[in-house]
Amino acid sequence: MDQSILEKLSPLERKIIPYLTLPIKEIKEKTKLDSTSLLRALKFLENKNLVKVNIKKKKLIELGTNGIYYTKNHLPERKLISILENNKPLAIAEAKKISKLSDNEFNVSLGILKNKSFIELKNGKIFLAVSKEILARKTIEETFLEALPAEETSLNEEQLHVLNLLKKRKNIIELQEKNILSFELTEAGKQLAGKKIEQNLIEELTPTIIKNWKRNKKFRKYDVLSKVPKTFGGKRHFVNQAISHAKQIWLDLGFKEMTSSKIQTSFWNFDALFTAQDHPVRDLHDTFFVTDTEGRLPEKKLVSKVKQAHEQGVDKSKGWQYSWSEEDAKKVVLRTHTTCLSAKTLASLDVNKDIPAKFFSIGKCFRNETVDWSHGFEFNQTEGIVIDRNTTLRHLLGYLKEFYKKMGFDKVRFAPGYFPYTEPSVEINVFHPEKKVWLELGGAGIFRPEITIPLLGTKIPVLAWGQGFDRIITDAYKIKDLRQLYENDLKDLRNKEVMVK
Amino acid sequence: MSNVTFPRKEFEKEIKLTDEVIEKISLFGTPLEKITNEEIEIEIFPNRPDLLSMQGYLRGFKAFLGKETGIKKYKLQKPEKNHHVKIDSSVKEVRPFTACAIVKNLKFSDDKIKEIIELQEKLHITIGRNRKKLAIGIYPLEKISLPIKYEARQPEKIRFIPLEETNEMDGNQILSKHPAGKEYSHLLEGKDKFPIFIDAKGKILSMPPIINSNDTGKITFDTKDVFIECSGFHLETLQRTLNIIVTTLAEMGGKICQMTLDYGKEKITTPDISPEKIKLSLENTNKLLGLELKEKDLEKLLPKMGHDYKNKTVSVAPWRTDILHEVDIIEDIAIAYGYEKLVPELPNISTIAEEAPKEKIISKLAEILVGLGLTEISTYHLIKQEESEITKLPEKIKLEDSKTEYKILRPNLLIPALRILSENKDNEYPQNIFELGTVFTKDEKSETGIKETENLIVTCSPANFTKMKQILNNLASSLNLQFDFEEATHLQLIDGRTAQIKINNKPAGYLGELHPETLRAWGIKMPVGVLEISLEEIFKELDK
Repeated sequence: MDQSILEKLSPLERKIIPYLTLPIKEIKEKTKLDSTSLLRALKFLENKNLVKVNIKKKKLIELGTNGIYYTKNHLPERKLISILENNKPLAIAEAKKISKLSDNEFNVSLGILKNKSFIELKNGKIFLAVSKEILARKTIEETFLEALPAEETSLNEEQLHVLNLLKKRKNIIELQEKNILSFELTEAGKQLAGKKIEQNLIEELTPTIIKNWKRNKKFRKYDVLSKVPKTFGGKRHFVNQAISHAKQIWLDLGFKEMTSSKIQTSFWNFDALFTAQDHPVRDLHDTFFVTDTEGRLPEKKLVSKVKQAHEQGVDKSKGWQYSWSEEDAKKVVLRTHTTCLSAKTLASLDVNKDIPAKFFSIGKCFRNETVDWSHGFEFNQTEGIVIDRNTTLRHLLGYLKEFYKKMGFDKVRFAPGYFPYTEPSVEINVFHPEKKVWLELGGAGIFRPEITIPLLGTKIPVLAWGQGFDRIITDAYKIKDLRQLYENDLKDLRNKEVMVK
Repeated sequence: MSNVTFPRKEFEKEIKLTDEVIEKISLFGTPLEKITNEEIEIEIFPNRPDLLSMQGYLRGFKAFLGKETGIKKYKLQKPEKNHHVKIDSSVKEVRPFTACAIVKNLKFSDDKIKEIIELQEKLHITIGRNRKKLAIGIYPLEKISLPIKYEARQPEKIRFIPLEETNEMDGNQILSKHPAGKEYSHLLEGKDKFPIFIDAKGKILSMPPIINSNDTGKITFDTKDVFIECSGFHLETLQRTLNIIVTTLAEMGGKICQMTLDYGKEKITTPDISPEKIKLSLENTNKLLGLELKEKDLEKLLPKMGHDYKNKTVSVAPWRTDILHEVDIIEDIAIAYGYEKLVPELPNISTIAEEAPKEKIISKLAEILVGLGLTEISTYHLIKQEESEITKLPEKIKLEDSKTEYKILRPNLLIPALRILSENKDNEYPQNIFELGTVFTKDEKSETGIKETENLIVTCSPANFTKMKQILNNLASSLNLQFDFEEATHLQLIDGRTAQIKINNKPAGYLGELHPETLRAWGIKMPVGVLEISLEEIFKELDK
């Protein structure tokens, strides 16, 4: 026998080697190991090529808690039969009282006996419908329960039928997946099996050993290749990790962060952004409106300028030419985009002092949507504005290209788009290097003068973008179903890789 | 958003779909959705209803490709004597305007009728805002006696057989019984009188925006000439929409005839396809796009978008509904120039980056909590009705008509945390989690009537009071904050094991052990220690 193998044997392995010639059940008895430790010991031995472990999965049907009770004390329907046998036709309520069964048990039993045509119900009384001989026979349920535990694959059609009947009843049976463990000895294993292994090796290093250290002491060698149990540290949610990552990119590009409430008035979410009051996005179908509250509009001057932009236009624009309603603007919504933050930011700037300026925000937005693999009612948006007298459409493309390059998409292309608040408008697509497809990421553009004039007080170009961010997150983490973003399965969260782009 | 599908064979009679041309479709501002051997599907943005018919699309796309550029010319026949529509003043209160036309010499096939109806429906949905702003009626001229009158009558006095019916109904019956009536009844709600078109013999043609008459309002193969009306609230939109329809019919071979509309004080002639003229500044164009175009370039580019350009003035095609301002023309120039040719440029605009102070603190808190071995969760801002009941919420901020079971704004982070714990009860323990997020409460002083607060929740399972207090103390010492505690009660926590957390003597949160009744109600089998704290005071303290 190879000495190095002997030096590597763990206490657990050494414990079972003397009994390896015996069947598993006996090894367990002799070593007093539980199943998990035994499996671990065998796995260790397998790594050293001493045994070969076989695990077969079996679906076992066992008695559940109620099942155990009933096999000792009869099934409730049997109880009911015995009462009926000893009495003349009984009133239902009476039978229940005598049987001492619970409501549920009694009703179930009654149903079962009726289905078997053992009884008939007439005028609120229970009549026996079959002979005592038939009643005395074991029911299919009873026969089935007696035969447990059983393997699901070994059941015949009738037994499967009974299984389904019993499954519907509470805790009578329990389905368990069991691993059936067996092993074979390899040639090397055969040499070792049954022998007692005596090794004077240090197992765990303790303070005492350190204190009394003597040369020539030997350590038991570990199998450094063997698997170890998982350990979990704390971790940020992967969506927030991705957001921090993107945030850092905007900060690196010199942008200042904007924040604001998730609840906004329609004024900021729509009107200030030149979205006409009859625009379909303002329907209940698309937007979450908050009940029982009315928002306050900002200062009169701003409101009247926005009203004018809608009704007659500003700077030679025609506007939407309808009558703009303050009431509609006061409706309170869950923000449908972070662009309302950009509107608020513009309104707060002093063009003589504060520009040029660049702002960004990454935040949650809401749409009244059903939830499925590709839709959700919450999503993240990455928003940005650049305010500068000399900025152009080509600069807009420049910022977006740079951002997506830093997010890992080298190829970006732009096509015309449409949004009520920007003109020109741009749709952004990035090329997915692995999937070899273009991903649609969303929109950008230059704010219309109908927006910048009321909010800034003057016509200065404002580059603006607001793209959905979840698409990038799902892609980075190879998630196919959007719902997984907010599922919070702890196993999944603990195992998620950390974003290091 | 509207997608249109054109038969490829018909499309290719006009434009061959080579790879190069296919590439151009999206660059024209109409994203290509799908292309097969039979069909081509294209998305049309809501600002371009003139591209919704194949004829309209081909007109625009051909110009873009450099064939047949500039405003396409159509011949109009001046109104004949009885090509006349009288608009009665009674419609002012209900649906004040109409724009009408007659188109002759049409040859309808099954496909053509289908195309026209589809165009009509798409226009209803998009520019018509579901018939609210605008509705369109098309009638076989042979069943009508000219001239026509547009008036409003009491609903009881309106009687005709609506489309696809056999019996006569009155105005009210149509709204309450006919499928189209039921669908659009809200558009006439509260009106004393309903609008109708009637012909010279007093036959009712239709009751806009609801339904046509079965006798006079149905196009068939035999129809050669049609009467078309658009009714609504904004005359200019009606006229442009009418232009979209009549020029589509003209592309199918029809002859457009004008009509005189008598509005009482004023008479106008529709359709009117004289282009609108807008001054364009070359300087503004170049400044916005970052290009160095010359006048000569504009003369080439604008006709590619179906406009004419002369003497610094753009003549806008009369079926375009989206040109409100010079910037709309400038975008057209960019499209004609080609978005693919615009070179992205990162400008030198010097600004200083700054993370929002609160966000900075939130990141720090997360860092500390992760260091303590906690896993961050991120949950919905909405909670379910049943969850609000289990936790006996005294105040609920509800959303209107939510499509999912999530209908209420979360007032704390405990409810979502309990949901996540209950959904994870089969996962490995210990489960130590935290969330930093917004919660919502009513507050009349705020702009929206709702106050938003950033909260932190930590739940550890299994864990007891001591463990939670240790975590809080760790936060306090890491951030150099002072927390005070007071005995307290909490509906979801065990009495005698609950403390109120105070900062600067102000209540800021609670900590303790969840009550077994709460745990059972959520199906949680393990003990849970919890702490939830509002960050508002912490922000103030750390901002000092």
